[in-house]
Amino acid sequence: MSTLILLTCTGLGLAALYFLIASGLSLVFGLADVLNFSHGVLISVGSYGAWWLTGQVGGGAGYAVALVFGAICGALAGTISEIVLIRPLYRRPMQQILVTVGLSIAGVALLDAAWGADSRLFPRPAWLRHTTDLGGALVPNVTFLLIAVALVVLAMLLAMLRWTRLGLVIRAGVEDRAMVAALGIDVRRAFTLVFTIGGALAGLAGGLCGAYFGSISPVQGTSLLIFAIIVVVIGGMGSVAGSAVAALAVGLLQQFMNYYASSMGDICVVALLAVVLLVRPRGLTGRTA
Amino acid sequence: MNPADTPLLTVADLRVDFGGTQILQGVTFEVPRAGITAMLGRNGVGKTTTLRAMIGEVPATGRVEIDGRSILGRPTHTLVADGIGYVPEDRRVFGGLSVAENLRLAERTDTPDYRTAYQLFPELKQRARQRAGTLSGGQQQMLALARVLINPNRLLLVDEPTKGLAPKVVGEVVEALRRAAEAVPVLLVEQNLAAVRRLADQAVVLAAGRVVWRGPGADLLADADRTRTLLGVGSSKGHR
Repeated sequence: MSTLILLTCTGLGLAALYFLIASGLSLVFGLADVLNFSHGVLISVGSYGAWWLTGQVGGGAGYAVALVFGAICGALAGTISEIVLIRPLYRRPMQQILVTVGLSIAGVALLDAAWGADSRLFPRPAWLRHTTDLGGALVPNVTFLLIAVALVVLAMLLAMLRWTRLGLVIRAGVEDRAMVAALGIDVRRAFTLVFTIGGALAGLAGGLCGAYFGSISPVQGTSLLIFAIIVVVIGGMGSVAGSAVAALAVGLLQQFMNYYASSMGDICVVALLAVVLLVRPRGLTGRTA
Repeated sequence: MNPADTPLLTVADLRVDFGGTQILQGVTFEVPRAGITAMLGRNGVGKTTTLRAMIGEVPATGRVEIDGRSILGRPTHTLVADGIGYVPEDRRVFGGLSVAENLRLAERTDTPDYRTAYQLFPELKQRARQRAGTLSGGQQQMLALARVLINPNRLLLVDEPTKGLAPKVVGEVVEALRRAAEAVPVLLVEQNLAAVRRLADQAVVLAAGRVVWRGPGADLLADADRTRTLLGVGSSKGHR
């Protein structure tokens, strides 16, 4: 029983991480039609930003500030990459994909050059290094933090989509971008804003990755990206709620299969993707919220 | 010339090329400052492309001017924000959004005129919370028109608003357009000759990417032979 509880909790933690990465990716893809391969670097930018700040300010409060700082770093990197590199290429999707792939490679190389390719130990506050006994299972505390942050972000994203003007533009734009422009709305501004939001969430996820894995490296973000892309495809492009459901499925499946099916978690996730694509080619939902 | 007699919109030598095929081969016409100018022609002659080129949805060359100022090549959203209301073919309402959200999204000013829109289409008020994707074709067309009519416009571009609608709904849409045209000039792409007969002050006929006839709408429809030659249909009274 305790194994079941532990696997469920860690699966939910992993799902939370996937959701944070995938939700931004999904909004960017759904609205701007950009499959942003540099999204992984934004995670790493956030984790290095958070790591740098925790080195300056220690303790629990320091880590909270570091998470915010990581999110800001990710948001800035996401915004700048959209304005400088991606925006000039909206009518050229192939070049756009190449630019994001190039940015991903260059971003990892830059982090590598600045801080080295080796993993760096992430200084975690004491509470996050410990575990909590839950029905006999010793669940790492960082799992609870991940789940809590993901739930808050999910609620905020759904509220933004439901009740703000930007949310309205995003939901409409995912359906028909050209028609949003034909109503007199500068949809490109919304593109930039979703890159900012996506970058902030990726940066936040980066800071959390540091605490989750205990260390960070330049390629950590890009290695997580593949699962985030799978989550986006399963959940439906542009759907935040779909990303949440898909992240749950992927995180739990991966954790359980890694334990019960001799580390077959990754293969099972790819198999799940194949099944969803066969049964529902547009993902679980075709909607934004 | 009296300023009131100068056209609001001037289109000259408008050309659109899609992958080596010339869709528009130098379209030239004018839209006066009042009333409805109908654009007619058989399927595929370039009516929709003309509107889309004007509104910046497809790249084009030539000259498109409103009040003497060139608008060609400007981004779509700035043209619409400047008062060119565009109701595209097939309505293109946002199916996942409610009726109220579709309208809220379309608001271009702080004081949108919902009164006029709801007077014309009271049904939209009753269905404010309904998802637009679940509306009938006629209701979606009303919503598409209302999205434009809640805003101040200098010119309306309306593409086949009666396409695929039941005769009763066609009547409502035609009436709404007639009333809208009392306040703002309209360029209307339309295939339904009965609707054109009721609405069009001026008519422009396109064939193979060129304008082949221009003049008062009544003149076009009065001559059955001309209508048949240009449009490939009869314009008898029975064609309502």
